[in-house]
Amino acid sequence: MTRADWTDRRVETIVGTLLRAGVILSALVVLAGGIVFLSRHSFEPANYRVFQGEPSELRHFRGILRGVAALRGRAIIQLGLLLLIATPIARVAFSMFGFAEERDRLYVAVTGIVLAVLLYSFLA
Amino acid sequence: MNNLEFTALVGACSLTAGFLGALTGLGGGVVLVPLLTVLFHVDIRYAIGASLVSVIATSSGAAAAYVREGFTNIRIGMFLEIATTFGALLGAFIALMVPTPAIAIVFGAMLLYSAYLSGRPQPVVPVDDHPDPLATRLRMNGTYPSLDGPRSYYVHSVPTGFSLMFGAGALSGLLGIGSGAVKVLAMDQAMKIPFKVSTTTSNLMIGVTAAASAGVYLRRGYVDPALAMPVTLGVLAGSLVGTQVLVKTRTRWLRLIFSAVIVVLGVEMLYKGISGRI
Repeated sequence: MTRADWTDRRVETIVGTLLRAGVILSALVVLAGGIVFLSRHSFEPANYRVFQGEPSELRHFRGILRGVAALRGRAIIQLGLLLLIATPIARVAFSMFGFAEERDRLYVAVTGIVLAVLLYSFLA
Repeated sequence: MNNLEFTALVGACSLTAGFLGALTGLGGGVVLVPLLTVLFHVDIRYAIGASLVSVIATSSGAAAAYVREGFTNIRIGMFLEIATTFGALLGAFIALMVPTPAIAIVFGAMLLYSAYLSGRPQPVVPVDDHPDPLATRLRMNGTYPSLDGPRSYYVHSVPTGFSLMFGAGALSGLLGIGSGAVKVLAMDQAMKIPFKVSTTTSNLMIGVTAAASAGVYLRRGYVDPALAMPVTLGVLAGSLVGTQVLVKTRTRWLRLIFSAVIVVLGVEMLYKGISGRI
């Protein structure tokens, strides 16, 4: 095996672990938020017929974090979903380090473009 | 219906969708949006938001296992993700502008097309042993494990695959689905990548593609936590169980039944879209 192959295999193993950890962590946070939400609002009517859009405190990092600090169920679920969205982004960021270590400039650039699009969508 | 009943019912449906989706290889995400809109009368925008985050969960969960087996080609995936992420951003912005009946019509057409794809016999792609200069320069050729040791393969038609991937990304961003069927079509048929490599690489790409549009949906208020919770957890659990039993069962009948469900939902979505009742 060449050095590049070896690095590829190692990167793949770490990527696999990263993805699994991200999914487990976010599922647990979503589950915890769901329990808090249902313990308080189980018997209120569920209605998603009319689209109103979520309130702004459930759309932005700061609002979500404030809600989590106040132990609101819906905000905790939203934090779990943010972690879920962040998982593949973290995977791409990590791949970039892997390619950099192999001195594969072409793929550092390719990964950089993908990462930029993802960060634009996530943060802008 | 109160929140407890709604969560339990949506969770059970999502579990079944995730299970059948993994078992048949058609993906659970594709039936989620029509199920939520037709059965539970959820506005299609909330349904798309919830479906999109659940797609990230199943893709990442499955990819974690596949990447370690060594079938996934990270370079092919990363290069094509340029196309899918730009496509997904475009799709999400289109979704914000077009009226919901139009989205329902595209959705219905997509459902019927994927049922057709899964129903027809797989055309045999002739093996091409000549390396393609562009794919070689992009270092996409690779090897995958087989019983007789690592087997090498060459990648072809990068521009065609790249364009198809842009379309797959746009569909994913517009409809909140993984569009794994189009991704496999691009890699398997156009780029002549071995089947196991294209399915596992497609799986890895789905999460990144969906993440590119999920941010847009979240900030526009399309992601409702109380709806996304049972959908995401249900589909994730269902697909994990589905992948476990995949090897042990014969899936031909299941595929047929699931395709029939997809056709019915597709017609229903088309009808709702055309009659403007969505």
